[in-house]
Amino acid sequence: MSIKEQVIAIIAEQAMLEPSDVKMEHTLADLGIDSLGLVESIFAIEESFDITVPFNANDPTESDFDISSIASIVDAVDKLKTEQSS
Amino acid sequence: MRRVVITGAGTINPLGTDVASTFEAFREGRCGIGPLDIKDVDRLSIQIGGQIKGYEEASHFNRQQLALYDRFTQFALLAARQAISQSGLTFSGDLADRSGVVLGTSGGGLTTQDENYRAVYEEGKNRVHPFIVPRLMNNAAASHVSIEWNLRGPTFTVATACASSNHAMGQAFNMVRSGMSKVMITGGSEAMLCFGGIKAWEGLRVMSKDACRPFSATRNGMVQGEGAAVYVFEDYEHAVARGADILCEVAGFAMSSDASDIVTPSKQGAARAIAGAVNDAGVALDSVGYINAHGTGTAANDKTECAAVADVFGHHADHLMMSSTKSMHGHLIGGTGAVELLACIMALKDRVIAPTIGYEESDPECAMDVVPNEARDAKVDVVLSNAFAFGGLNAVIALRNLN
Repeated sequence: MSIKEQVIAIIAEQAMLEPSDVKMEHTLADLGIDSLGLVESIFAIEESFDITVPFNANDPTESDFDISSIASIVDAVDKLKTEQSS
Repeated sequence: MRRVVITGAGTINPLGTDVASTFEAFREGRCGIGPLDIKDVDRLSIQIGGQIKGYEEASHFNRQQLALYDRFTQFALLAARQAISQSGLTFSGDLADRSGVVLGTSGGGLTTQDENYRAVYEEGKNRVHPFIVPRLMNNAAASHVSIEWNLRGPTFTVATACASSNHAMGQAFNMVRSGMSKVMITGGSEAMLCFGGIKAWEGLRVMSKDACRPFSATRNGMVQGEGAAVYVFEDYEHAVARGADILCEVAGFAMSSDASDIVTPSKQGAARAIAGAVNDAGVALDSVGYINAHGTGTAANDKTECAAVADVFGHHADHLMMSSTKSMHGHLIGGTGAVELLACIMALKDRVIAPTIGYEESDPECAMDVVPNEARDAKVDVVLSNAFAFGGLNAVIALRNLN
């Protein structure tokens, strides 16, 4: 599975939706994912990709990890994986 | 002071997944204790317990709920659903604001702690699930019951080891009695049957490797159990006004501290709580027909408890029945008083006294009618439920038929 597919699978499970219902332009709020769901999604991403996501729940928008849309999350994971392997 | 009645009861415990099946097991003197089915059981010297077998959490809760519900919370929620459904109450407006939840537990989310210590220490993981704290906290069960039923009044958890549930129900009783609350959801829950939960108890050397035989001369210790029981304690006039079915009246409650030893029980401390509950109920000593004993099956508890009852009741101790249902469901620690209150309700309502099973040989230090091995038909009007905790904390509840 590609990073994009894996991220979508994680988000879909959290939102209790089919992966095909998750679009790249969606925000987490669009999908009904609240703050607890976000923290759980971050955890699932860290576990799946074996990365550490720089995310502080006190101020989610100020983190280096951009969670403004599914596309931005995929990009951020991709960047962390690239940094990890370099 | 207002009168307090019970208008709903629910449970899940080693004997059954509801009140009716638990009563049936009590009547049949069935044993819910057996080989433990848990991880690393081969490294335990104690390998039996009152475990709830065939329990599938996914058939009761969805994935997101399970991320937040430790096993002890699950048990509490299932028992609360039964109790509140039976009561027929719904909570909104002023009633919701004046109704709350007081639950007992000793270990809280101990299974969650056990699993995650295992992950970070044994498996060397450096990351844990984000919900460990809300899952393991002792008040999680009370909070989730409050959330699920919109109970917006006083809500908290009481942790006094083996007396937790009785202390919790005593608080609920007095809150309704004083008029502070119209309805309180109360009882207790425990889910300690995990490797660490049993290993710690093993260390005390008070556990039996084969059976819980309270009051029998052959007794050799306690056996742990798990589960929950939850009740609806309601203002009597409120219950009558809405035409509710009333199970029985909560008549009295008393608590005491031994102020002596952290584990060894005291006859005087227990006796003060027992006598206190009878006095608080405003009934005569000889009106008490049945006591659900703390009856752990340890040498120390059972003889101390019998001596305390003899001191309080004098000659009447020879005429009352006292059984320990721990012989069937094990010791549910912080949830035990709640499950044991079911035997008291059965005695009042169904006129059947639950037995002390596994009773083999009389002990002169426990010379009471312990209703050995077989349930008994008997009409009783006032019953007591004893709980005596490590730490020397005693809590006794009195119930009676509503006349």
